[in-house]
Amino acid sequence: MERTQILEQITQLFKDTLDMDALTLHENSTAAEIEEWDSLSHIQLVVAIEKCFKIRFAAAEIQRWQNVGEMVNSIQQKLN
Amino acid sequence: MQTFSELKKYLKQDATHLTKRKLAILGDSSTQFLSAALRATGIKDGFDLQIWESDFNQIQQQVFDANSELYNAQPDIIILFFSTHKLLLKYNKTNPNHQHEFAHKHLALIDDLIASIKQHSKATILYYNHPEINDSIFGNFANKTPNSFLFQIRKLNYELMELATTQANFFICDLATIQNTNGRINHFHPAVYINSDMVNHPDSAVSIAQQTLHIIGALNGRMKKCVILDLDNTMWGGIIGDDGMENIEIGHLGIGKAFSEFQEWIKKLKHRGIIVAVCSKNNEQIAKEPFEKHPDMVLRLEDIAVFVANWENKVDNIRHIQSILNIGFDSMVFLDDNAFERNMVRENIPGIAVPELPEDPAEYLEYLYQLNLFETNSISEEDGARTSLYQQEAKRVQLKQSFANEDDFLSSMEMKSEVAAFNKFNLPRVAQLIQRSNQFNLRTIRHTESELENMSNAASTFTYSFTLSDKFGQHGLIAAIILKQEQPDTLFIDTWLMSCRVLKRTMENFSLNTIAKDAISKGFHFLKGEYIPTAKNELVKNHFSNLGFQQMEEYWILDLKTFNPRKTFIQSNTI
Repeated sequence: MERTQILEQITQLFKDTLDMDALTLHENSTAAEIEEWDSLSHIQLVVAIEKCFKIRFAAAEIQRWQNVGEMVNSIQQKLN
Repeated sequence: MQTFSELKKYLKQDATHLTKRKLAILGDSSTQFLSAALRATGIKDGFDLQIWESDFNQIQQQVFDANSELYNAQPDIIILFFSTHKLLLKYNKTNPNHQHEFAHKHLALIDDLIASIKQHSKATILYYNHPEINDSIFGNFANKTPNSFLFQIRKLNYELMELATTQANFFICDLATIQNTNGRINHFHPAVYINSDMVNHPDSAVSIAQQTLHIIGALNGRMKKCVILDLDNTMWGGIIGDDGMENIEIGHLGIGKAFSEFQEWIKKLKHRGIIVAVCSKNNEQIAKEPFEKHPDMVLRLEDIAVFVANWENKVDNIRHIQSILNIGFDSMVFLDDNAFERNMVRENIPGIAVPELPEDPAEYLEYLYQLNLFETNSISEEDGARTSLYQQEAKRVQLKQSFANEDDFLSSMEMKSEVAAFNKFNLPRVAQLIQRSNQFNLRTIRHTESELENMSNAASTFTYSFTLSDKFGQHGLIAAIILKQEQPDTLFIDTWLMSCRVLKRTMENFSLNTIAKDAISKGFHFLKGEYIPTAKNELVKNHFSNLGFQQMEEYWILDLKTFNPRKTFIQSNTI
């Protein structure tokens, strides 16, 4: 799957989970820029992404992500 | 199953008008998801839960200190949440020589906690029991090994039940069952746990919150007292009026086992004190016959507090049942396999619980188990005796018909019917309907499939099959009419039959409008009908007079020159 496609899909998951219809997400977006993206909603996002792409993240991966682009990396790796 | 993200939407709803209850959560691990799920589920179920959450792992400190924030918060309910995972970590650090008393020690702590809470608060205690973890140190041999964790956690769950029987204010919320139902993979998420110390998968918090709210509901008097049951394809397989008592599926016939076990479940509810009522579209005498005579029926007439079987709509009938039982609609559960009936009842009787029974009767029980409709906070001895009192009361109360919105409801159903002459595609189903229909069948002439095929090709015979669909789904081919030219200006109604599932939806009117229009266009002036009584077709005794036919000796005549189309809410899809 293309990175842009993944980004598009997780943007929708972010919108639903964070309840932000107007959200635009870029590869360099970080939790610090988005107020609603806290540690609790982060877990919801992890679970929602896992369910959507039918993948499972490793514990260390979840800790390592610095921005959305790195999340996309993880997803893309697992899908290919 | 609802996900946490879906449930969370309730948090935005206004809760000010809901029943307020103060809830304290004491957990040995992070309870943020649980707390949010509880608040949201509360709003969904009509409670404004004001939740106080202790800091993580402060259970003893809060409970044993008389001046703690816990007691200052004056909770109505205190949740004690010791997670199995944290107990396992504690067990890991226990000297192997003391592991066999692990459950015992934890129970001693619970005893102390209960005593302290009782001393400082009037709160009800809700204890979350323990989903099992098998650490596989002993394999299956753990079952033979008192110091295995599995042995200790099971012992703990069992002893907690014993404890609950002796402590009036101590209730258990059965997380072990939640994990059994959802599976451990949906209950615990290792990567989330490692990163956040949360021992519950966010989605499992939804299930835990729902079960907790069932208990809180019961503690506040919100309990189901009555189950109202449909008969055909709910209580047994098949249609009693058409198939006859010998052919309904119950016991060993067909998929009868599913219905027998369903009835056993209802019987257990009855013993527990739930009132059992019947609401069925049927002839009363025919509907009662299996309860009196069928050897494989589990439920008998003496189990049924109110038995309503007629051809009226179920909304009026359930209101009638309510007037006899004199309990709230919100304490009633209505079980019916038919989506139309379910929606009609759900939309017109606020508060009544109407579960979406699965299509396959084999699934009924597992589905009903997980709904947990009949939570309670006590059981009384005399409940069982009430059935006969209600049976007497039922004889006194007359059925009132008051459902004013039936037309509105029917017009909202978006009903459509496809009308077609018999053809090679619909003939098998038409033939089956002709063989099986006994109740709505005017002459009960059993034409065979090859006779029907000949008729469909004969110039002087006109055949009509009707399907019905509504916004909730397809009912398939449900009616058939055969007209035969008798005189140059008269068509004789050789066959008119319909499935009773679609009674009271103006299908009769729609059918008549269809054949009358067609007859007029073909230049006929009269329709001639005949009713031949059988043991099972009393239902249509007045069919022709209801539709405006005039009696002429033993026949019924409709003059097409003066015919006005009758009221119907069904749209035609003629092909």
